[in-house]
Amino acid sequence: MDHTVRVEQVGKRYGNKIVLEKVDLTIERGQIYGFIGPSGAGKTTLVKMLVGMETADEGTVTVLGKKMPNLRMLQEIGYMAQSDALYTELTGEENLRFFASLFKLNKEEQKQRIAYAAELVNLTPDLAKKAGAYSGGMKRRLSLAIALIQNPQILILDEPTVGIDPELRLSIWNELFRLKNEEGKTIIVTTHVMDEADRCDYLAMVREGRVLANGTPRQLTEQYGVNTLEEVFLRAGGKSK
Amino acid sequence: MRINALIQRICLQMIRDKRTLALLFVAPLLILSLMYVMFNGSGDAVKPKLGAVNVPAPVSQALAHADIEVIPYHDMDKETIVSDKLDGALISKDGHWSLLLENVDPTAAKAMQMKVGQIMAGLLLQNGQQGSMDLSQASSLPVEYVYGNADSTFFDVLSPILIGFFVFFFVFLISGIGLLRERTTGTLERLMSTPIRRGEVITGYLTGYGLFAVIQTVIVVLFAVNVLDISLVGSIWNVLVINLLLALVALSLGILLSTFASSEFQMVQFIPVVVVPQVFFSGIFALDGMAEWLQTIARIMPLYYAADALKGVMYKGYGFGDIIGDLLVLVLFVFVFIGLNVIALKKYRKPSASK
Ligand SMILES: Nc1ncnc2c1ncn2[C@@H]1O[C@H](COP(=O)(O)OP(=O)(O)OP(=O)(O)O)[C@@H](O)[C@H]1O
Ligand SMILES: [Mg+2]
Repeated sequence: MDHTVRVEQVGKRYGNKIVLEKVDLTIERGQIYGFIGPSGAGKTTLVKMLVGMETADEGTVTVLGKKMPNLRMLQEIGYMAQSDALYTELTGEENLRFFASLFKLNKEEQKQRIAYAAELVNLTPDLAKKAGAYSGGMKRRLSLAIALIQNPQILILDEPTVGIDPELRLSIWNELFRLKNEEGKTIIVTTHVMDEADRCDYLAMVREGRVLANGTPRQLTEQYGVNTLEEVFLRAGGKSK
Repeated sequence: MRINALIQRICLQMIRDKRTLALLFVAPLLILSLMYVMFNGSGDAVKPKLGAVNVPAPVSQALAHADIEVIPYHDMDKETIVSDKLDGALISKDGHWSLLLENVDPTAAKAMQMKVGQIMAGLLLQNGQQGSMDLSQASSLPVEYVYGNADSTFFDVLSPILIGFFVFFFVFLISGIGLLRERTTGTLERLMSTPIRRGEVITGYLTGYGLFAVIQTVIVVLFAVNVLDISLVGSIWNVLVINLLLALVALSLGILLSTFASSEFQMVQFIPVVVVPQVFFSGIFALDGMAEWLQTIARIMPLYYAADALKGVMYKGYGFGDIIGDLLVLVLFVFVFIGLNVIALKKYRKPSASK
């Protein structure tokens, strides 16, 4: 099998609080892998570990065969944080160019990638505006564009579509499908929106630092004997109480 | 290349932020000019009035020559000084000299006392041991200047320290808050999710903000020397070298301390803790008179060394060889702070496991 990401027996605590406990996952190449689960479950902590921004207290995280954290792997990981981290004094284009120049891209590639990423998130007309003057959704879109800038193998998107209108959301998801199908990219998303979860190939339900269940959306609904993912979410939540 | 990107970005951000630029470049000049006017203006604004009782003509002439208004009296007491609005009175009685001072403003009184003392000492030297005028009573020992001259003002001694202080203070504040903003807005964390190295981040920051620190230093020094005419006996290049090193210290310290602040307000709270004590130990107050342990504390303050070197070059005319010791200590501070910065950044990305 072609494992892109492998998480083995991972545990993490902040002080006394156990945030993740005995997490095991494998994410295969060319999958869209979704994390769902209530707020505070540990989704963000988990995806940060995949990027190498957090270290596991126990267990190991491997990405493309390399143990994380690993500086060189970051060329292959596009990360979109849950909260927008943008340079508000700079324009959208300057933000994109700055991040582009942190990766191995030549001048020509840089230009192309900036144009592509901006076009994808519909920001081309607003590139000359300062990021500080963007609306919430525009900031989100710029963050997404930055995650795509170096054309990475793996995309890790922490709640990418919050604050984005349905029409644009659809077009972003269509692009994610295209990236998966045509370019074989691995895409990892966290989301609270169940119809987005439904579009994932594989889902992991995280709650209180544990992966309660994983499988395709259909497997999950069958496992819980319900019709919708929403019900899975509520059931899984109720069980552990 | 990544470092260049970082430097360019910092420059762009700074240039967009006009207020901060103004704080960096204009505020030190403003304060320096203000202090210059305050310290230099007081001397000639009002002529001090001195009552003279039984004072021989050569003495009153010399006093008048020194910009003191001499008013002859037959008799003098405290009431006269108050009612006639005199600043003091010089009284000679049966061969004894005495000086009576109003002393509403102790600094002015001190100045008057010194002036009178100097003049009488000067006359004493000129006249030798002439029995007719026994001035030894009122005059202090003959005054001799090692540094500066009779025209030296307090400002001349203070200004080298001030220049160093401004460079330190503003660079500290702006670089510290700059990096703090990166921390609080999450852009630093975002930055660390790219393949940039921690060393590159530190280098980029030091160079990016360093450029502005250099410009500020040059502006402040040139302004002080050329416009305010602050005495500069030594070489201006040495002054620039000292200030640049000091700016680097401030830069690395500011960036380091921003690790321990979680808001701009908390960054400002470092000023009374980190910046103000340095001023006390920078030589504005004489260190020699302080307790031993206080003098030891001074030795761990970067500004102490910078002020020492600056005073040496600007006021005493020291050359590079005389300040090399101070400079080396400053370099040491920079290295220590940079090292600590690299460690502090581990919080954002643990060192790579493979290697
Ligand atoms: N830096 C930190 N220090 C201490 N505790 C933290 C830190 N980061 C996260 N936590 C804790 O870890 C737990 C998991 O947080 P995490 O951000 O991973 O949740 P999440 O599943 O992403 O939630 P949400 O859906 O709201 O984004 C929370 O209880 C949170 O309080
Ligand atoms: Mg989260």
